[in-house]
Amino acid sequence: MQDFEPKIVAFVCNWCTYAGADLTGTSRTKYAANVKIIRFPCTGRIDFMILMKAFENGADGIIVSGCHPNDCHYSTGNFHARRRWIVFRNLMNFTGIDTERILFSWVSAAEGFKWADVVNNTVAKIREMGPYENYNKIAVSTLLKEEVSNHE
Amino acid sequence: MNELINKVTKLLNDKTIDAFIGYGQGSTDRVRAIFARTVEQASKLIYTPACTFNLSGYLLKHEVKHLGKLGILANVAALRSIMQLASEFQIKDGEVYILFVNDDASLTEFSDFQSIEAFLEKANIDITPDEKARIEKIEAMSVSERWEFWNKEFEKCIKCYACRAACPMCYCHRCTTDVNQPQWIPVASHERGNLDYHLMRAMHLAGRCINCGECANACPMDIPLNLLTYQLIDPIKTGFGATAGMKADAVYALSTFKPDDKENFII
Repeated sequence: MQDFEPKIVAFVCNWCTYAGADLTGTSRTKYAANVKIIRFPCTGRIDFMILMKAFENGADGIIVSGCHPNDCHYSTGNFHARRRWIVFRNLMNFTGIDTERILFSWVSAAEGFKWADVVNNTVAKIREMGPYENYNKIAVSTLLKEEVSNHE
Repeated sequence: MNELINKVTKLLNDKTIDAFIGYGQGSTDRVRAIFARTVEQASKLIYTPACTFNLSGYLLKHEVKHLGKLGILANVAALRSIMQLASEFQIKDGEVYILFVNDDASLTEFSDFQSIEAFLEKANIDITPDEKARIEKIEAMSVSERWEFWNKEFEKCIKCYACRAACPMCYCHRCTTDVNQPQWIPVASHERGNLDYHLMRAMHLAGRCINCGECANACPMDIPLNLLTYQLIDPIKTGFGATAGMKADAVYALSTFKPDDKENFII
């Protein structure tokens, strides 16, 4: 477990958090390199299926972030997203998907330092929790390997 | 029963409806749906205590829709399905002729959506105490126990999609399950594909499920998949003040929002 490096996927909106992450970089603030940022037009576009695909492909943690309420570039995208997250989080919790591994946050384009904190804290937390073994058991790579060994 | 047959015969004779969806005797001791288009077929209609399943799923099926103007024998779940479908612009007011059998075996005829709404306000629409207890039992488990429990259940799934076919709310012509570019749901029934499928189904029915339980009834592997959508009823009701299938002009809880929706997990 010593050399475990958490794989974190961040789904962010183009207008706030992506710009915020840019600001983190331009202000020369360092943050953990474990995070892979995926840019979306809006948090309203971040479908729950996309989050599941991240876990399936071996992510140990997920960050979902967008504009603060009332700041959405499209006025209402993040409000819709918020309702969906509330419901999906309930469902994940009920089916035993670890909600501790998925962080929802609002990071605006001016909050470069908050973004660094969000990423660093998440990486530290996931590092402590270890790899997401439950989901890894049914992940794409594991099942592919099984399939190959069955054929051999 | 005779009253029902007489009524349907009359409706068919004076061409008020072209076909009536009701219950009939199956080949075993089970009841099945029958689609009466003639007086002779209408004479095979039955109504026994076993006639409990929700017939409204047939209303939007292509083959049934093309029979012409439809009549249906509805129970409370079917009435709620019809209300939910109306709120999703799938059924127009007056499009379907709706009959309901009261406790004293007399027939009620619903002429418009308003009367159904008034009726449903007084009807019992809760999930059964047994289902409630099962949900509470799962909720009392730890996260990894829940994962194990559902993994074990989903392991049984053979991806026959009977739950989707039985659900009155699953009427999309092209389901996410059938999409293969990208392949959202793996076709094979391994643990990953099954989890994907069941979570997708539950999410797409969140706030729309009217707890008729047809999905679990249809499941040949006895997966309690109705609990997935049932346990979302409460949070959506308390959080967003929405209950599915009560009003014909209701707005789907997940396609709207309030600026002050409460959550406690977004930092």
